[in-house]
Amino acid sequence: MTVTGLRCKECGTEYPLEALFVCEQCFGPLEVGYDLSGIDAESARRRIQAGSSGIWRYSDFLPFEGRPASAIEPGLTPLVRADRLAERLGVGEVWIKNDAANPTHSFKDRVVAVALAKALELGYDTVACASTGNLANAVAAHAAAAGVDSYVFVPSNLEEQKLLATGVYGTTLVGVEGNYDDVNRLCTELAAERGWAFVNVNVRPYYAEGSKTLAYETVEQLGWRLPDRVVCPIASGSLFTKIGRGFEEWRSLGLVDGELPTFHGAQAAGCGPVAAAFAAGNDVCRPVRPDTIAKSLAIGDPADGPYALDLARTSGGSIDAASDDEIRAGIRLLAETTGIFTETAGGVTTATLAKLAERGEIGSDDRVVVYITGEGLKTLDAVREGFAMHEIEPTLESFAERVPERGAIVA
Amino acid sequence: MPVKVKIPAQLRPATGGEAEIDVEAATVGDALDAVFAKHDGLRERITEDGDLRRFVNVYVSGEDIRFQDGLETSIDDGAEVTILPAVAGG
Repeated sequence: MTVTGLRCKECGTEYPLEALFVCEQCFGPLEVGYDLSGIDAESARRRIQAGSSGIWRYSDFLPFEGRPASAIEPGLTPLVRADRLAERLGVGEVWIKNDAANPTHSFKDRVVAVALAKALELGYDTVACASTGNLANAVAAHAAAAGVDSYVFVPSNLEEQKLLATGVYGTTLVGVEGNYDDVNRLCTELAAERGWAFVNVNVRPYYAEGSKTLAYETVEQLGWRLPDRVVCPIASGSLFTKIGRGFEEWRSLGLVDGELPTFHGAQAAGCGPVAAAFAAGNDVCRPVRPDTIAKSLAIGDPADGPYALDLARTSGGSIDAASDDEIRAGIRLLAETTGIFTETAGGVTTATLAKLAERGEIGSDDRVVVYITGEGLKTLDAVREGFAMHEIEPTLESFAERVPERGAIVA
Repeated sequence: MPVKVKIPAQLRPATGGEAEIDVEAATVGDALDAVFAKHDGLRERITEDGDLRRFVNVYVSGEDIRFQDGLETSIDDGAEVTILPAVAGG
């Protein structure tokens, strides 16, 4: 596939493949354009299968002429069939795409690997980002591995685990007094002042392409088939829409056949501008001030909100919002039925799956793929309540006295 | 009252390279109109049918005007109005 340039998603104006992200004509977002003609599905499939065991096996569908490499390559995370979860919810076939199994334990490794490779190609020696935490971890780690400087900007009230898992890589960690949208505004201004590659600002069109690899892997791991439905978290809406784009590209190339999946979005009730716009029938999102334990999804002014709304509607899907209690319950439901411990964003996603099942929206023959984007160890506070440890003396008597038999445990 | 309007890099081709434009205005809408009077090319880039385009964010002293009164948001003496692209982040 040939990369043709950058193109405005709103008005179609074309731009060269540089560190640009905004259309000068209408302020719309720029996106990477490809020429799909001349691609033979069989040879494309062979090239994928002969590739690396990570995202670079999909280089033909990413914005590079050759095949980049990463010191820590993300991708090919497990797609696990979750029969016990499906049974608990009374639905047919559920698969968990566990993207916590990436180098820094979230899907952000995918987008950062692509952004960093492009930044190096464009001649940058410093990368930066505005982050709710997972991106901070990924930028700091990938920059360290590549030997480039990095600046990471986060809201100063972030979970301690996410701060520690960023600082350890030797980045310059900047805690901003304010919420993510304040951090993002500051970084948008800084990107114009400094000669750095802000992965989710001035090189965002490339960065966003990395999320398509989640769609490609899903198809490959399902035996070159499409799922019927996907459930995916929405923060900025970029991941959600790019997974849609990935399926579309492969379908148009003939790498996979069948109907495109129905897209179900998952937001936190305490920060659900896209869910609110979906419910109200609006095609733009009114920004909100986040108040949720799902800090990784706490973007009150989602850049790709309008496109996420389009995808949910055109695919016949939905966008739900989960309360803090539902998020905690979602984390436990996933852990107890699959052995996968996810962070709060995964709690939002699992809670949304449960809502869809409850409403009867999932058919008994539907194959559902649920995108779990991050690791539970990063948001330990969310599970502090809800269980107790039985403290005993190291004797058989103490065990018999203080630990109830399994069937007798009251949750 | 005097207001400073900050122009993002992507719009500076339409202002002859100017990054900050000083105008007299009482509301955000007035300030933008005053800027358009100086640089008419900006109008169609950031507005459509009198409203801001959907990927344009405007801030008064760092606060998004959608949390205030939109284009009717009043401006204090010496405040800064910042225009920024809404397509970053996430």
